[in-house]
Amino acid sequence: MLSPAILFTAVLNGLMTGAIYALVALGLTLIYGVLHIINFAHGALLTVALFAALIAYQTFGIDPYLAAFLLAPLFFGLGYLLQRLVIGPAARGEDRNILLVTLGLAVLIENALLYVFRADTRTINLPYAFEVFEIGPAVVALPRLAALGAVAVTTLILWAIMRYTSTGRAIRAVAKEKLGAQLAGIDVAHIYAVTFGLGTACLAVAACLLLPTYYVNPGAGNAFVLVAFTIVVLGGMGSLVGALLGGLLIGVVESLCGFFLGESLGQIGIFTIFILVLLLRPHGLFGEAT
Amino acid sequence: MKGVGTILVVAALLAAVPLFGVSNVTLNFLVTALIIALAGQGWNVLGGYGGQYSFGHAAFFGTGAYVSAILQLRYGVNAWIAFAAGIGAGALAGAIIGGLSFRSGLRGSYFALVTLAFAEVLRILASVTPITGAGVGLLVKLDLRPEAFQFQSRVPFYWIILALVTVSLLIVRAIENSRFGAYLVAVRENEEAAKALGVNVIAVKLGAMVISAAIVAAAGGFYVQYFLFIDAGIAYGPWISIEALLAPIIGGVGTVFGPLLGALVVKVLGEAAKLVTGDAPGLDLMIYGGVLVLVIALAPRGIAGVVADLRARIVRRKPEAKPEQPTAGHHV
Amino acid sequence: MSLNRLNRRTFLQSTALGAAVIAAPSVLRAQGAPVKVGILHPVSGALSYSGQQGRLGAQMAVDAINAAGGIKALGGAKIEAILGDAQSTPEGGNAEVEKMNSAGVSAIVGGYASSICLSASQTAARYDLPYVVDVGVVDSIVTRGLKNTFRFGPGFGVIAKTALDNLVAINEAAGKPAKTVMIVHEDSAFGAGLAKLLNAQLPERGFQILETIAHPTPTRDFNNVALKIKAQNPDIVIPANYYNEYVLLARTMQQQRIRPKGIYSVLGGAASSYKFVKEFPDAAEYIMDCNHWFDPKNPKAQELKKQVEAKGQFYTYEVYMNYSCVLLLADAIERAASTDRAKIIGALESSTFSGHVMPYGPTKFVNGQNQGAAPVNTQVLKKDIEVILPAAFASAKAVFPMPRA
Repeated sequence: MLSPAILFTAVLNGLMTGAIYALVALGLTLIYGVLHIINFAHGALLTVALFAALIAYQTFGIDPYLAAFLLAPLFFGLGYLLQRLVIGPAARGEDRNILLVTLGLAVLIENALLYVFRADTRTINLPYAFEVFEIGPAVVALPRLAALGAVAVTTLILWAIMRYTSTGRAIRAVAKEKLGAQLAGIDVAHIYAVTFGLGTACLAVAACLLLPTYYVNPGAGNAFVLVAFTIVVLGGMGSLVGALLGGLLIGVVESLCGFFLGESLGQIGIFTIFILVLLLRPHGLFGEAT
Repeated sequence: MKGVGTILVVAALLAAVPLFGVSNVTLNFLVTALIIALAGQGWNVLGGYGGQYSFGHAAFFGTGAYVSAILQLRYGVNAWIAFAAGIGAGALAGAIIGGLSFRSGLRGSYFALVTLAFAEVLRILASVTPITGAGVGLLVKLDLRPEAFQFQSRVPFYWIILALVTVSLLIVRAIENSRFGAYLVAVRENEEAAKALGVNVIAVKLGAMVISAAIVAAAGGFYVQYFLFIDAGIAYGPWISIEALLAPIIGGVGTVFGPLLGALVVKVLGEAAKLVTGDAPGLDLMIYGGVLVLVIALAPRGIAGVVADLRARIVRRKPEAKPEQPTAGHHV
Repeated sequence: MSLNRLNRRTFLQSTALGAAVIAAPSVLRAQGAPVKVGILHPVSGALSYSGQQGRLGAQMAVDAINAAGGIKALGGAKIEAILGDAQSTPEGGNAEVEKMNSAGVSAIVGGYASSICLSASQTAARYDLPYVVDVGVVDSIVTRGLKNTFRFGPGFGVIAKTALDNLVAINEAAGKPAKTVMIVHEDSAFGAGLAKLLNAQLPERGFQILETIAHPTPTRDFNNVALKIKAQNPDIVIPANYYNEYVLLARTMQQQRIRPKGIYSVLGGAASSYKFVKEFPDAAEYIMDCNHWFDPKNPKAQELKKQVEAKGQFYTYEVYMNYSCVLLLADAIERAASTDRAKIIGALESSTFSGHVMPYGPTKFVNGQNQGAAPVNTQVLKKDIEVILPAAFASAKAVFPMPRA
């Protein structure tokens, strides 16, 4: 049953799943690269974004793909305020505290969602969600193809922000040398919050791309978090290109492992890679060695 | 030995609780809290004293639980012996995971992530392998005899878990007072400096990891005897990794009584939130998350830190910005 | 309120004998002290949707009983529901049982998940506290020899056997068009156990199993599973997974234009869910399911359906199974004419209760398992869910193989 056509389709499937992983991981790696923390609330924030996209569609009739343009700035603001008003002040610069604050936030957010929306799973049924394209032997659903494209565009925008804007330069300066940046007159607290905002905005986009083919419930975002951690490490913590390539790679590996070893073991494939990379190349496949 | 008296007094006071005719609800609550206290104390050895933050101590909890359950169910081994074997297996798992990660020089976030990944791999494996009952889990047969490590009453269970917690307190106190403990704290404070002074950093971390894993495995083994059921999500799920680190951090990381204090406070908080909010799903945990954020914002050194500050204030000494290592520091 | 009257009538019918026998002492007690009953469900955490639905069903039964005059044998004593949240974990369930016990409940109903039922019923056994399992399908729940534990619904063994019998019957009635099968199951207690049973028994019944695919919960993407199905092209696909994964699988199969001769799920998370049918009518059409289901010919079941839907909720199996379990327990308390735990256990053991809304017939417990309990086969036809087997309860004829669109 192993034909090139099937292999091709499995790889393509992996790439499209991987694109979403990459976007979730981009937000995480950005935050890690600058603030040097693992944001435990990342999954919960993705869930919030999924619900926001759901409400945009169900209450206001805004198509998820259009909603992305609305939700991305909104979530940038949310992330900014969260870091500026909650995480930053509560953590007082201690890594351990940041870890716990984000953990506490995750619990808080998830259960607030549970309280408001109850636990039932919601889905939306878009007329075009069942449109398909034939790429060679593979049949690909429109929303998945759209996601692949949108992730590429989002990454490009993010890269341009980091590369060509003064804020982007400030972010990179803070990431590299916090004290030096501070001495050079950069408002570190502001930059931290901007970074957190950008990371959260990535989640808003990811949520809008996911909604047409996925579901929403108060725990929906969690399914992506561990994978995102893996990608962040694989790509080299803090590396945007690494997260993108790592996401695609993990998507393909998961797809192939799932295909040949079974879905349950497919996830083991991911974690085995994760552990091996950590043990052998802790700065990631694409990160520079120390 | 210094500080042993306090531990024994606390243990004796707690041991007397059932004598006042408390309800089984309270006993059950205390047993669950003590399981977390034990796991938290295990985490504290490595995380609190050694400064190595593991996000995957479920790996040891689950190994202790599964090995104990499997030996009883599949090989007819006596429950007490199986329990001891579970602790040994947990220590072994600690040696393997610790050996691999420390040899590769992983620390900080990297160490946290690698432990998390190990726990996840074990969870997935346990959910597909037949010997762990795959997805169905393992059900230890109800056999209410002391020889089978099962009791009709909750009281013996309570005393046993209390004894285990007491032993863990004594172990941690002994570590604090030992040369090994001094090395451990030195590694936490500055690994390079410790290395320069001739401390075998990897060996010290590994030692802490093995002790830590063994204590957490004991919590897992006890869990099996108490609830008689285990599946992959319980044994290797993220919940225990999180609770094991939450208890010492709330209570006071790197202190002897921190995990016990933290576990009790966290559990009381959860119950109180449930009482206040009634049966609104999610509201209790929501408050719990909020209070967690507040505690960190207002008392970052945990409850033990607050107590120390208060005591310092009473003695009219300014609470210095001394980091949270109480007694071990003077050895370095 | 017509429903209440209806409830009262059927309720009285089933308990008339018991009520008459002990009517005399009940007169002596004016209004009896309320009978406390523990209602245990995972209303928070991962299983909270099912838990909340279960709690809804149980509470509606309690309200109905109280509106109909409470427990007659105890002087019209009202049932007081002591609600408990198992928080989707066995130890959460365990802690709630302890609380319920010290609150002085006479019995407990619920649990939902197998692991919670296992742990909670065992703790209840320590206090000889009667425990009625609402759903939990793992067979070890009733094979441990616990005298206090009763399961009203069917277990795995019965479900798998019924599913197989019905599959063979449907296939034969259609002239045996199907020979090959693929199983897609989630890898925890429920799906893995079922897949094992199917793998053991399907070949004996003349089906060839092309492949068995396990997947974890949650699974984010089913494109590869669909790809395998497409490559193997089985006549029948048998999914056994929870709601979320079921929805993703069904949608992906529709996207990939995979149309086997039949989709035949066993305890399918979505195939006999009104929610799924409403939200994805096209993907759901013609899917068959072997699952817990109410008796469509029972007016009380239909009345309850209307009432649940009037509350804006879906009429899911958790609702009517818990509703039935509480009625069953109330009947036992009525016949025991006592809140004494041992007497209630005795009354449950000898129960012949038939006032429930399930297609089980009169209740009969052997070692705690209700012998009449069985799943039925449903099929989504014209955007509604019809019972196709067993014939006694059927509301429509099976459409198999699925018509090609």
